[in-house]
Amino acid sequence: MNRQAPIHERRQSARPEPKHDSAEKHVAGTAPYIDDLPEPEGTLHAYLGLAEHAHAEIEALDLSAVAAAPGVVGILTGADIPGENDVSPTHRHDDPIFAEGRVAFHGQPLFAVVAKDRESARAAARLAKVRYRALPAILDIAAAEAAGGRLVTEGMTLAKGDASAALASAPRRLEGRMTIGGQDHFYLEGQIALAIPGEDGDVHVHSSTQHPSEVQLMVAQALDVPMHAVKVEVRRMGGGFGGKETQANLFAVVAAVAAKRWGRAVKLRPDRDDDMIATGKRHDFVVDYAVGFDTEGRIHAVEATYAARCGFSADLSGPVTDRALFHADNAYCYPAARLSSKPLHTNTVSNTAFRGFGGPQGVAGCERIIEEVAYALGRDPLEIRRANFYREGHDLTPYHQTVEDCQIARLVDELEDSSDYQARRARVLAFNAESAWLKRGIALTPVKFGISFTATWFNQAGALLHVYRDGSLQLNHGGTEMGQGLHTKVASVVADAFGLTPERVRVTATATDKVPNTSATAASSGTDLNAAAALDAAAQIKARLAGLAAEQAGVEENAVTFTGGVVRAGERVWSFEELIAEAYAARIQLSAAGFYKTPKIHWDRAAGRGRPFYYYAYGAAVSEVALDTLTGEARVLRTDILHDVGRSLNRAVDIGQIEGAFVQGMGWLTSEELWWDEAGRLRTHAPSTYKIPLASDIPRDFRVGLADWSVNREPTVRRSKAVGEPPFMLALSVLEALSMAVASVADYRECPRLDTPATPERLLLACERLRGRA
Amino acid sequence: MVSHPAPVPVRTEIRFLLNDAEVRLGEVAPSDTLLGYLRRRARLMGTKEGCAEGDCGACTVLIGRIGPKGLAYESANACIRLIASLDGCHVVTVEHLGGRHPVQRALVGHHGSQCGFCTPGIVMALYGLWRHTREPSREEVETALQGNLCRCTGYAPILRAMAALEDGEDPLEAEAATTEARLRALGDGARVTVERAGARAILPRDTDDLAAVLTEEPGATMVAGATDVGVWVAKEGRAISPAVFLGHLAPLAAIEETAAGTVFGAGTSYTAAREVIARRHPWLGAYWARIGGEQVRNAGTLGGNIANASPIGDTPPPLIVLGATLSLRSKRGRRSMPLEDFFLDYGRQDRAADEFIESITVPDAGAGDLLAAYKISKRRDEDISALTLALRLRLRDGLVREARIACGGMAGIPKRARAVEARLLGRPWSEATALEAGAGFAEDFTPIGDWRASAEYRARAVRNLLHRFWLESAGGAGALDRLGAA
Repeated sequence: MNRQAPIHERRQSARPEPKHDSAEKHVAGTAPYIDDLPEPEGTLHAYLGLAEHAHAEIEALDLSAVAAAPGVVGILTGADIPGENDVSPTHRHDDPIFAEGRVAFHGQPLFAVVAKDRESARAAARLAKVRYRALPAILDIAAAEAAGGRLVTEGMTLAKGDASAALASAPRRLEGRMTIGGQDHFYLEGQIALAIPGEDGDVHVHSSTQHPSEVQLMVAQALDVPMHAVKVEVRRMGGGFGGKETQANLFAVVAAVAAKRWGRAVKLRPDRDDDMIATGKRHDFVVDYAVGFDTEGRIHAVEATYAARCGFSADLSGPVTDRALFHADNAYCYPAARLSSKPLHTNTVSNTAFRGFGGPQGVAGCERIIEEVAYALGRDPLEIRRANFYREGHDLTPYHQTVEDCQIARLVDELEDSSDYQARRARVLAFNAESAWLKRGIALTPVKFGISFTATWFNQAGALLHVYRDGSLQLNHGGTEMGQGLHTKVASVVADAFGLTPERVRVTATATDKVPNTSATAASSGTDLNAAAALDAAAQIKARLAGLAAEQAGVEENAVTFTGGVVRAGERVWSFEELIAEAYAARIQLSAAGFYKTPKIHWDRAAGRGRPFYYYAYGAAVSEVALDTLTGEARVLRTDILHDVGRSLNRAVDIGQIEGAFVQGMGWLTSEELWWDEAGRLRTHAPSTYKIPLASDIPRDFRVGLADWSVNREPTVRRSKAVGEPPFMLALSVLEALSMAVASVADYRECPRLDTPATPERLLLACERLRGRA
Repeated sequence: MVSHPAPVPVRTEIRFLLNDAEVRLGEVAPSDTLLGYLRRRARLMGTKEGCAEGDCGACTVLIGRIGPKGLAYESANACIRLIASLDGCHVVTVEHLGGRHPVQRALVGHHGSQCGFCTPGIVMALYGLWRHTREPSREEVETALQGNLCRCTGYAPILRAMAALEDGEDPLEAEAATTEARLRALGDGARVTVERAGARAILPRDTDDLAAVLTEEPGATMVAGATDVGVWVAKEGRAISPAVFLGHLAPLAAIEETAAGTVFGAGTSYTAAREVIARRHPWLGAYWARIGGEQVRNAGTLGGNIANASPIGDTPPPLIVLGATLSLRSKRGRRSMPLEDFFLDYGRQDRAADEFIESITVPDAGAGDLLAAYKISKRRDEDISALTLALRLRLRDGLVREARIACGGMAGIPKRARAVEARLLGRPWSEATALEAGAGFAEDFTPIGDWRASAEYRARAVRNLLHRFWLESAGGAGALDRLGAA
């Protein structure tokens, strides 16, 4: 392989990390996803019929041709839902399973047709005749603001100090606006559910969901049965990224209702286009900002409004826009700030969770402000960053949580050095001075990301651990596996607790009948919560085993050790299996339920004060790009990342999360464009039109390292830190580098104010604007 | 007196090999896809559906066919591969590799899977590459993966895995002789017709028979690589019966090189043409590698790209500037025409219902010609162009004596930029001329705005590309893809 183009994995430890628990099956094609499971005899297939208006009254819904189509068994509409026709995760009753009376977005499900095979159902779904009476449709943020700014849920305001006074008295002041695009999750495995009816009111639902307990609740509500009648199970997802936190609900509910209605197993799998049209995405935002600063680049105050296109219902837009504000400071201490969110109602699909959960948009707006200050002062943005980093004594956030571990300066210093940032920046500037049309840009951007669900009650988890008589362990916990290696990490810490190798621990499919009332696997919290719960279960069993061993050896319990598959107590040595056999014979309980809740956190939303986050994860990236200023085409030449995962639980898994998040972030900021037409139809609804990064798009030279010195100051599992979301925002280094390349056409006198995604079109038009031609 | 042709032998089943098994299918609709067969009938669940439009590669399989160089395998998207096109082929799915192939071991060893859903497709695409080269360069790996999306890993561990391949046995190589014999035994030279639920697929026995079939069934859907038809079927549920399949017709895939140029059978795939294109038209090499992804290039044909007359087909603009001609054939005879005359208007071509494109003759460029082809898309690879521009200038004494310029994505059809050409002719080839002539694009085209690009961008970018063309001809533009980090 060409060594000119390295893809580095900076590996300081020689110890091979445990592989993803399904890796062997992934490559062999033998890891089953829901669509691969054997279908019960007589399985029926459902398909959704979608609305073809953005906003309209349904005057007539004629489904006779659908019902008469070959293979069709029946139809479900809103009237056929035994319980509530709603899947609103916040229980606002604003998220119907099937629209009734009025259509709220183009692509909203109106009905489901159930047939003997999927092809028949899919063909029949196209035969609906719907008469609409069109109503005015509000499609984007500008239209929503112009129409009075109706909100889907209450906005939030964070205030620290007197921002308007500080703005007024600052030596310099500027204002601007940034438009930030949305993003489709593009999980490779689309939404899917398979529901199998049981006796009485029971139903067993295989759902590709990040939140089985919520699917369970939604199915129970729709069927009007208690939650105990519903079992939801998920072994693995083919990707989630937040897109299966709430969006799986509807599919599972429809399959379950149909399964109970016809007494047969029912599968529902939309095709890719319908999946992209009918399910929510990352919110697009318009950020209006004002910043006051001094000639040293020190920020005195920031005022910003984060307006988000939420779509027709609240879904998770409240917490998403809240998290945008929680990250509107990124790594910088604003002496005074006033930050407000506007979760706007629009006649578009209801936007939802997506890796970072509003945080990326918050950080994007913040880094734009830094860039503005830098261009205004003619300085390297890195200098402005340094002048404003959180540091001891300068550590109070706009939500009045103190940043207790100000690691960002050290991280940035190390990365600046290891990436050779200063010398390369000089070379970039020299190159641009010589090159008329190709330009380079380089940028170093940091991230500080708050870890915990801001809904405090979600910060709990359960686990169920069994040790069988042969010494094998079976573990179940509330977290779901979507590729992030959660099961791998949890199994290895539990195995380690017993001094065993990870393959001794089998993590089974997440199931609501094993661990109840679980939280979504989201907010990067999967390991923090579920591994801690699993360790609690392990500790209980271990204590019982230690008690037995201590008694037999006549030593104290704390003198019993579990290492290398062996248990030692005084002079006594057992293999783990021997001790388990003795424990069983001694009638010791070899099963335990574990539980964990995150300590310290609390949040008063109305007051805008509290400690919403248990801790912060940090990272920084340097990206260098090249831009063809004649066409707007660009390449990422090199990216260096230094990221903080505390003490890593699995370096390979952590680096995989960092690389994957970064590239996904690059896609969000460059090539992935959601494009709605004037009728409110999404026209980029498949990979032919919606372009996520390919292998050839990633940085030509990609170097990822972990901040090995970092130790979580909070007692998380082995002092590790969450990693799923924080590195997503490191891709902002690419955006800012592109911005620098654009700025070079006007000698860096003006901040290019690049909106996202920075497609060739936006880049070229920005160049033209700066050249003064357009 | 009406003459009756000699009766053609007809077979009514499709025969192919699937991994180790022989498959004979009598009931086949033209729209039946390989992916549907694999997952629902053969219950081979390793091959996944990610998009059903040939863009994500989760359904990648290898397909072997006996060609001029013997049995050869190429990667393919099973989701848009139609069963009827598989007659005489060997379909190889991930299950056939057994799980311990060097590509699979390397992916496991380098943490190359996360959610794992794209992984079997990536394994098959990389296995296809590994069969050609055991030590692929990064560029070769990226090219092989242009048609495979991964949303989890950011590809880095996959690239690392491919840089650390161990040696190993090739299961297909080991069984090649047997496979070839088995495939030969499947063939009988007959016309094949199959149907299901009233929808018919016809595989003519040769090109004469094709002409006959089109006389019998004028207006039948012709299916070559199915990179477009497969999408109509898999996504839109469009009815294509009766459909005439062409992919097995060897004469249509023949490439004939002469002193003056190349005659490509209309069924020549982009991949099959790649070597000739790179050798005789090196200026088109990089452009060619950006058509579709590898799976699409393996299936898609030159004739198909022309016949479907999309305004955004990648091959017509460069072929037009080279002065390519088409040969159309029917039972009534043959005729030829310049490629540019084939495209009449959006959705309308100069082809009668019983005619098929038989070949495309592509003259070589002149020795001193200035040539370039540009494609602009949101994503560099495997993307549909927002616009394409191909140019050929012939200078004498510093003056532009001949100019052929064609665009895709700027009008309802691939089209010459006549006004730009007129502004160049007779003028000195200079930066001033290039900038001035660029104004002609506004006379030639009124581009639309859509999700690929706005009208404003298209209009601006195409002018700038003419400027870039001048800069490159003067040796001073620099190339984005050759830059390394500072």
